[in-house]
Parts: sequence; structure tokens; C-alpha cells
Amino acid sequence: MTVKEEQTIIGVALENLLSEVGKLYADGYRLVQIGCTDIGDSYEVNYSFDKGYQFINLRLTLRPETEVPSITGTYWGAFVYENEMHDLFGIPVTGINIDFKGTFIRTAEKYPLSVTKRGGDRCQNV
Amino acid sequence: MSERIIVPFGPQHPVLPEPIHIDLVLEDETVVEAIPSIGYIHRGLEQLVQKREYTEYVYVAERICGICSFIHALCYSQGIEHIMEVEVPDRARYLRTIWSECSRLHSHLLWLGLFADSMGFENLFMRSWQLRESVLDVFEDTTGGRIIQGTCKIGGVRRDIEQEKLDEMHRTLDPFEEKCRDLGDVFLNDETVKYRLQGLGVISKDEAYALGAAGPTARASGVAMDHRETGYAAYGDLGFKPVVETAGDCYARCAVRVKEVYASIDLIRKAIEGMPDGAIDVKVKGTPNGEFFSRAEQPRGEVVHYLKANGTKHLARARIRTPTLANIPPLVKMLPGAQLADVPVVVLSIDPCISCTER
Repeated sequence: MTVKEEQTIIGVALENLLSEVGKLYADGYRLVQIGCTDIGDSYEVNYSFDKGYQFINLRLTLRPETEVPSITGTYWGAFVYENEMHDLFGIPVTGINIDFKGTFIRTAEKYPLSVTKRGGDRCQNV
Repeated sequence: MSERIIVPFGPQHPVLPEPIHIDLVLEDETVVEAIPSIGYIHRGLEQLVQKREYTEYVYVAERICGICSFIHALCYSQGIEHIMEVEVPDRARYLRTIWSECSRLHSHLLWLGLFADSMGFENLFMRSWQLRESVLDVFEDTTGGRIIQGTCKIGGVRRDIEQEKLDEMHRTLDPFEEKCRDLGDVFLNDETVKYRLQGLGVISKDEAYALGAAGPTARASGVAMDHRETGYAAYGDLGFKPVVETAGDCYARCAVRVKEVYASIDLIRKAIEGMPDGAIDVKVKGTPNGEFFSRAEQPRGEVVHYLKANGTKHLARARIRTPTLANIPPLVKMLPGAQLADVPVVVLSIDPCISCTER
């Protein structure tokens, strides 16, 4: 039997992120990915979850340099996506369970996908 | 308490086909903690989407990985087709399914060989790769390329497979399956293989789900999740069911892949038998505007291509979440408790594809 896939995108405020993520965890959703998009002078961050092929995205819109709380307290495995978010985009994430402090993805250029393009070699999680 | 030491594993290691680095914290010979890091082969392929036209990016997507190349192209193409509301002809859907399953076959056979090598079972390594060569021959025969096929495109496929060739493929499936079952019999029933793999690198169903494991890594722990169940390409017509094991150890992950080899052969057989006539592509006009999370099942698990288009010929963003990235947290949980000598086997049991992971 073929299962129908559905996708939903829900905007979320930074201060509600952890509580919304907690609700999805309680509902039995698994974390699929966290991904960033450069939308000019800010970032769109998608937290994607799935349960039985029902795909829910919590969407944050962030200014550069805005600190984002880690969701690793709820989803332990989120550290790979949060470290990637920091290493490629320069978004500071606070409270990651395994914080590589800028060395998870080793690129010649710091924050190669940053909208500010002025990350320099400063590691924001240090 | 014994003194703790840190042993670096990788990025260069005899069992690793690609570079990943893991710091292993050991007490005597036992792993107590594992800390991975990547980044040796990051190529910035996601950023290339801003410099290549959306039709050209299929070629870039295909080059994210040399093993699941076709499925990357398929997943990307399906995403654009969804945004542009393009209906792909039935014959193209079936051809895509055949090439996807050939990708899974050659990937699993490659992995089985590498896995046998990690156990020191060189004979089995050679037998697995010998069978893989015949799958690559089919790719070469039907697409012109053994590793990069270049046949998937937005709106369908570039090449058809003639009926004579399909008949020939169908005839060779039975003897090929027999050889695969002989090979699988060793992986599933050999006492030395069982002794080496059972009870090693265990991850429970709840842990696998909570950690976001994907593909055979999740299914070996009892998580019945396979994106082919959503019926993309022609899977909806072929009566697909995921292969699931429950032990959650290295043996179960091996068993899932062995049984998926049989399942792929069956899917190819059904796709050839049910192959519809008609066109293999439709003309795609205009430029995409919108966004979509396109998902497909690679040999290593679910891949996600997030595509955001702005009405121009260049996409605004392509973000690719590959299954190996999702399987790193489960790997970090599997390693503690293992002996140092078992680390290569446990690491390979998630079938790490680092090119995919780093993009």
C-alpha cells in the first residue's frame, strides 16, 4: 500500500522554538534535518520532522549573529546539524551537547555560506 | 579505573574508502566515547546551485556521490518537477525505478565486499565485487556510464531501454539472483560471520528512531521506514515492502542489506514485466518558483533535497541532507562498549558515504 506524503511549514518565533520542538518530540516525531537558507540579509532555518511520512517544518527567520538555543536537549542527534549550521553559516548555537567549536566541518574559508561574508576566522561558539 | 587514552581513527584507514575522523576514547581496549569530525572533502556543491541553471544542476546533483549518483539526480529532478507541476510519463517512472534499484544493488554489493574486508574475509570481498561488476555492466549497456549515468533529467529520462535489452536483462535476473543468494547465504549463515557480528554495535529501536537514524541502520533496529513506501517513481505500482530486522546489531544491518539485494532484483523484474509503452520525457518550459522538500530512498537511507526557487533560471537554495549525516549520531551511540578491533566493523556497518555527507 502506498502511503501519502504530506508537507507542512509552520513559522515559529525564536522564543517558542524549544517548546514547539518539545511538542513534536512528545507527539513521536523524529528529527529529519536542520537546514539554513540565505534570504538576503538574514537566514531562514528549517527544522524538519517526520512521523509516518507526515513532514513538518518549523521555520525560524534570523538576523545574522542571533544566538539560537540548541535542541540537543530534546533531540540528542541534532548536534550534527547545529554544528554544521555554525561551521558553514556562522550562526551561533548555544548549549550543543557535542560542540565542535568550529571544527566539525573543516573548510578553508570560515562560514563559507554566511550572509555577512565577514566571518573572518572568528569562531562564534568559542 | 584504567587510564583513558585517545586513539585517532581515520581519516586514512585501510577499511575506510573515504575520509572520516573519529577520536576514540579507550579504557584498555574498550571504547568509552567516540567523537567524529568531517570536512576533508567538502566541495561546496550546494552553493553551485546559484551558478548553474536549474536544468544543469541535475549533473551536479548526480556528482554528489559516486555510488548513489542516479538517486541524487532522481530526487533533485522530482523536487523540481513537483515545484513546476510536471507530470512525468509512466515509462520514465519505470525506467527511473530500474536504474534506482540497479544503484541500490551495486551499492549494497560494494558495501558487502567492504564489510567482508573489514572482517578479514577477503574471499567474500572478491565474490561481492565480482557480482557488482555485472550490475555496472548493465549500467554501461543501458546508459553508457558505469558510475555516472547522466540519464535522469527534469521531465523524465534521456535514454530508453529497448525491448530486446529489457528481455535480455530479465533473462539474466534469475542466474544473477542465484549467485546473490549463494553470496547472501555466507553473510547470513556462516558461523564466523555470525560470531563476529552478532551483538556488536547494538542500537535499540527507540534509540534509532530518536537519534534520527536512516535506511538500513534504522530498519535493522526494527524501524519500518523506507521512503519507497510513498510510491514515488514506479514503486507505488510494484507492491513494495521494506525489509526490517529487529536485533539492531551489525549482523542485522548486514542482513537488511543482503535481503534488500533480493528485493531489488524482484523490483527490477516486476518493473521490466510491467514496463508501459510511450514517451520517456515531457518538455519542460519556464522557470521554477516555489519550494519543496524532495525525498527519496538511497541505498543508505532517506535523502532530502530541499529546493527553493525564485522564478529565475538559478535556484535560490539547494540543501541536501544525506543519510550518512543522519547516521552519525547513531554511530556515536553504537561505538561505546566495542573493542578497538571491532571499530572498523561497527563504523562500516552504517555504510558511511562521506562524499554525500560533506557535499
